[in-house]
Amino acid sequence: MGRYVARRLLQMIPVFIGTTLLIFLMMYALPGDPVRALYGEQSVDPSQIAAIKAEYGLDKPLWQQYVNYLAGLPQGDFGTQIASRRPVAEVISEAFPVTVRLTIIAFVFTVLVGVSLGILSGMRAGKKTDTGVLVLTLALISVPSFVLGFLFQWLFAMQLGWTTPTVQDSMNFSQLFLPAVVLASLSLAYVARLTRTSIAENLRADYMRTAVAKGLPRRRIISMHLMRNSMIPVVTFLGIDIGNLMTGAIVTEGIFNVQGIGNLVYQALSRREGATVVGIVTVMVLIYLFVNLIVDLLYAVLDPRIRYA
Amino acid sequence: MRGAKSAKWVAIAAVVALGATACGGGSGDSGSDNGKGEVDPKGIFSVDVGEPQNPLQPANAKESNGSKVIRAIFSQLVDFDDKGKIIYENAESIKTEDNKVWTVTLRDGWKFHNGEPVTAKSYVDAWNWGANIKNNQTNSYWFSDIKGFEDVHPEKGEPKSDKMSGLKVIDDKTFTIELSSPIPYFEYKLGYDVWSPLPSGFFKDPEAYGEKPVGNGPYEFVKWEHKKQIEVKTYADYKGADKPKNGGVIFKNYTTVEAGYQDLLSNNLDIIRQIGPKDLPKRKTDLGDRAVDEPYNAVQSIVPAFYTKQWKDIDPKVLQGLSMAIDRETITKTVLNGTREPATSFVAKGVAGYQPGIAGDILTYNPDKAKQLIKEGGGVPGNKIFIQFNADGGHKEWVEAVCNSIRKATGVECAGDSKPDFQTDLDTRDAHKVKSMYRGGWVQDYPLNVNFMRDLYGSKAAGNTSGFADKEIDGLFKKGDNAKDLDSAIKAYQEAEKAMFEKMPAIPLWYYKANYGYSTNVKNVKFDNNGDPVLQDVEVLKK
Repeated sequence: MGRYVARRLLQMIPVFIGTTLLIFLMMYALPGDPVRALYGEQSVDPSQIAAIKAEYGLDKPLWQQYVNYLAGLPQGDFGTQIASRRPVAEVISEAFPVTVRLTIIAFVFTVLVGVSLGILSGMRAGKKTDTGVLVLTLALISVPSFVLGFLFQWLFAMQLGWTTPTVQDSMNFSQLFLPAVVLASLSLAYVARLTRTSIAENLRADYMRTAVAKGLPRRRIISMHLMRNSMIPVVTFLGIDIGNLMTGAIVTEGIFNVQGIGNLVYQALSRREGATVVGIVTVMVLIYLFVNLIVDLLYAVLDPRIRYA
Repeated sequence: MRGAKSAKWVAIAAVVALGATACGGGSGDSGSDNGKGEVDPKGIFSVDVGEPQNPLQPANAKESNGSKVIRAIFSQLVDFDDKGKIIYENAESIKTEDNKVWTVTLRDGWKFHNGEPVTAKSYVDAWNWGANIKNNQTNSYWFSDIKGFEDVHPEKGEPKSDKMSGLKVIDDKTFTIELSSPIPYFEYKLGYDVWSPLPSGFFKDPEAYGEKPVGNGPYEFVKWEHKKQIEVKTYADYKGADKPKNGGVIFKNYTTVEAGYQDLLSNNLDIIRQIGPKDLPKRKTDLGDRAVDEPYNAVQSIVPAFYTKQWKDIDPKVLQGLSMAIDRETITKTVLNGTREPATSFVAKGVAGYQPGIAGDILTYNPDKAKQLIKEGGGVPGNKIFIQFNADGGHKEWVEAVCNSIRKATGVECAGDSKPDFQTDLDTRDAHKVKSMYRGGWVQDYPLNVNFMRDLYGSKAAGNTSGFADKEIDGLFKKGDNAKDLDSAIKAYQEAEKAMFEKMPAIPLWYYKANYGYSTNVKNVKFDNNGDPVLQDVEVLKK
């Protein structure tokens, strides 16, 4: 097990270098220039542009820029934002706690509600409850998140007045609840569907009949035998989904004015702030790799037949 | 079978959900209780603004978010009224004999927010610092008219000096500006935020002052919570005429205009500077009189790329014809929802030197004459034009409408040439790779006709990206620059504008309007020539 983990961790190094290089090249290939962008449609000043580029090392050849970037990373230096002159690390560290909070709420909501709904309908496959959950999840999957976002905004803030239409303080857990629910709704539907199918299938498995025949209490059959075996596809999905929840929230963040990573990356992209984009993507890649490692390890916990040597 | 049944349910659910959002529009109250209630002179209100891209240094505020805040914190030597006339603000007087050496006398008693008096040195040091190429200020070229600019801002290499020889401090309240060549309208340029004075502490730590600016303006900086809000409060010792009628402003950060609008509806935001396209059609039902459209000094045009084969040696009659083929009246009313106003000149309406009726019938829709002019001019080469625009700026709809109008009126094929975003659009323009024509926009730097002509269509102007170069026009601009005083300079440029309609360096389309809205907490909300709220005049109602 230890060796497996060590091997996986070592594998992250080439993946990490590869992704940063790819993003770096992509940013470079995009038309437009971050320093020129400062001038917009107004008159430009070529000598000042050259001076600013020289200060940030943007006049150097691409490979050298990349080497410089990599050299800075171990010291926590993600580069400097061209327009604001603030360290990228500082900018990311402001947005990151917001995104983490939003993700945690959305994730907990997805797991709690999604899995419960899945179990409920899986246990009663073909009955009315199952159909009800099916309709609900299909509706959530087919309604785009911005429709749901505006609907919630209108209903809970404008009509009922329970909350403000947008998030006033992005660090406040209770205010983030509404956007998190919107964000979670799609994953929730998928989790519910996956759990349902898995449960419904495993209900008919031989070991279930054995467990019942042994006279085990129903609660124990469901939680220890049925759940553990049914959770593998769900856990796989949840692992991938964490990444989606963190970066894919641009639309939801926009509707509710949440100042998170999604928006930061979008704005950096439209201004061609390469260092910011590469920095955020690097952090996301690392998180993604770690979560997937944890998911793989969880397989062994859920199903003792799976072993890592 | 079950699948089919639930599909029906989903359809019903979706219809219900969509229906619910669509109904959202009709429910707002049209607040007509505006003007009632007592005014709280210490009341604080909020305005939406994005996160400033740059540090809050006056010579660095190129983009609009930062300059909003800079303008609240700093006052300049001069300011302008609605018609583009100069008002002296921090300056007691600005005098010149020859348009080359300008003597500035400052008003008594002005102080920075930290108590330091505003002196001639505060200005001269600030300008020398801002012009220096080493300090990387994006607006440094604004000082290029001053003698000795090349020494601090050389085209290549290290600066030779850290002072421009043209700036001389006479005494605490007086200094002189010597220009490298006479400019009769130089005074106008002094209203831009880049000419702000800076306190002595700034030069020791410009970075810290960029985070916590100290100015001489109506509002004092309180704090900047990045990506959340910037707070300023009224500066009690402010000596200017435009003393605030409120206690302070909170610049609230919104990632989208839609989010800002929702907050405005629920009174969590007091002024929204521009209502988003999604909410424009319902702004009047939601806000009633509190939704206002006000034109400001900015113009949108389509510009032929004169470096292309198509337009290289074109007879201007063809461009005049194309201009007449555009039904500006209808397009602004329908497609643009009344957010623009048809242009009547190259120059915006609120600037000094604007001439009503100068365009003759060139900017008026007239399909018959359009056809005839294009024919006389030898037709459009290739009989097809493209209009380049950036897809992320909401331009697609009007570009299509303009194209339709041209196609219907003249039979010339016309299509949009979409670039995915603004950076790509700019990149293509800078590289002189525009296929046919492009969308151009210009917001005033200073409210004078010169700014809408010389800085865009002079053959050597930095803002001229179309490759337009015409000796006659250049000559007329030069005549204006050599005029003996401001009035004759304006007149000379008015002459030049007449000639421009014969040469057609661009096809002016319409003027921008600020489509703003405000909450029931505030009154007396007005917008200025830059399309920005006049913060000082806003009155906050007692709760």
